[in-house]
Amino acid sequence: MAAQLGERGEAEHFIRIADLRKTFRSRGKSFEVLKGVDLEIDRGDIFGVVGFSGAGKSTLIRCINRLEEPDGGEIKIGDTEITKLTKYELDRYRQKIGIIFQQFNLLDSRTVAENVSFPLEIAGEKNGRISGRVKEILDLVDLSDKADFYPGQLSGGQKQRVGIARALANNPDILLSDEATSALDPQTTLSVLDLLKDINEKLKLTIILITHELNVIRYVCKNMAVLEDGQIVERGPVRSVFTSPASDTAKLFLKIDAGFQIGWNDGGGI
Amino acid sequence: MEQMTLAETIASAFGEKTWTIVFPAIYDTLYMVFYTTILTAVFGLLLGILIVVTSDDGIYPCRKFSAVLGSVVNGLRSLPSIIIIILTLPLSRFIVGVSYGPKACIIALAVTCIPMFGRLVESSILEIPKGKIEAARSMGAKNSQIVTKVMIPEALPSLIRNFTIAVIAVISTTALAGMLGAGGLGDVAVRFGYNRFKTDILIAAILVMILMVQVVQFIGNILSRNVLKKRHLI
Ligand SMILES: Nc1ncnc2c1ncn2[C@@H]1O[C@H](COP(=O)(O)OP(=O)(O)O)[C@@H](O)[C@H]1O
Ligand SMILES: [Mg+2]
Repeated sequence: MAAQLGERGEAEHFIRIADLRKTFRSRGKSFEVLKGVDLEIDRGDIFGVVGFSGAGKSTLIRCINRLEEPDGGEIKIGDTEITKLTKYELDRYRQKIGIIFQQFNLLDSRTVAENVSFPLEIAGEKNGRISGRVKEILDLVDLSDKADFYPGQLSGGQKQRVGIARALANNPDILLSDEATSALDPQTTLSVLDLLKDINEKLKLTIILITHELNVIRYVCKNMAVLEDGQIVERGPVRSVFTSPASDTAKLFLKIDAGFQIGWNDGGGI
Repeated sequence: MEQMTLAETIASAFGEKTWTIVFPAIYDTLYMVFYTTILTAVFGLLLGILIVVTSDDGIYPCRKFSAVLGSVVNGLRSLPSIIIIILTLPLSRFIVGVSYGPKACIIALAVTCIPMFGRLVESSILEIPKGKIEAARSMGAKNSQIVTKVMIPEALPSLIRNFTIAVIAVISTTALAGMLGAGGLGDVAVRFGYNRFKTDILIAAILVMILMVQVVQFIGNILSRNVLKKRHLI
């Protein structure tokens, strides 16, 4: 959609991951988690990566902001080669990539407003400008009335909204979401997903969403990829993966999904 | 020496004669506890942070440094306080000019208490879920910002509780140091209570020490509970 034409005429993607590799080594044992991941993601997309537990989803997302150092391959965002950034550049770059987590990871020592101002303090924003920006974002996530609450006073859904507000504080280009709704009940999940859709449109934000829940992908994503044992085994528009899955993992995911819908515990049919 | 009945001994423990001896000792003890506590707080906190930060899975891993630091701390922790005090008293001559009395003992006391508090600080900081530190890192926080904006504030209630433990340890170690010429309540308890069988003075000195510990624990509990309450964590 928003892809621009590159020099040689091929579509130039916003995020390009090529042959990304990561092996964990501990006590002589090595464990290859990413075995050459290739992904292209367009600007403004909500891109879903689905995979079973242990497939390497979190490792993939952690390589994108280099919380984990890749062993090989390339990650390009726009014209920036992420794997080649110096330590200083990396800190600056990280300020432009928001991330939200399954466990929220809010600071209990700070109020909602102070949690949201945290990344602004990190980025060296002037005190005078912080409070205005915090108000603006809390408005966006519909939490203005909770500004002076502590995380200990919030529900899971509210905590994740704070997490989203915090991730958006520095006007990032990309939002990474690692199982952000996996700890929430279905109703809250829906409202958080609606919020993600909303900010994707309003802010033209590119979102990479990682999950083991197929419904989440169906509800918010435009394009998706299936990660299986450290490799991308299938990718494309969400609808086409759902209607004609090619990989075993995708088929299994859909089967499980369908199973929950038609399986009756009393042994009866639909 | 005339023999006192139990009732007389207890009455005498609260008598004026006893307290003319105990009061100056209280002053000496408070003096030593105060300065040792300050040194322990500052250097113990720094030590604990260094241990966490430079450990293998810390935010600034530094294997050799952390191994050396760990062995020094373990070495000091494995020696009984009394041995460290004996070993460090000569050191005091270099730093404060004398190797006896309350002033000299502060150095010796600090050397015993800093490694202990350092380990407590380490365990407080390690209680913070790793995800919170990672979240800060993923927002581009520098290591110094992670320490000041995440580690210390998040660990604060636990740090206060552990600091309370450290202050109480300082009080009891100070009493121990009393035997080695430091003065204070420990000195009085040993010189009068043990060597001269003045049970009334022994009782008075012990009561004061118990009271000190109680007060410290009480204040520590209140402070830590207040922080937890403010954050709605209890
Ligand atoms: N720091 C690490 N050291 C060693 N192994 C790790 C580390 N992080 C993750 N792994 C392993 O890598 C595999 C993939 O983990 P992860 O990326 O968290 O999977 P997912 O998020 O898809 O469940 C898992 O088997 C996990 O045990
Ligand atoms: Mg994961």
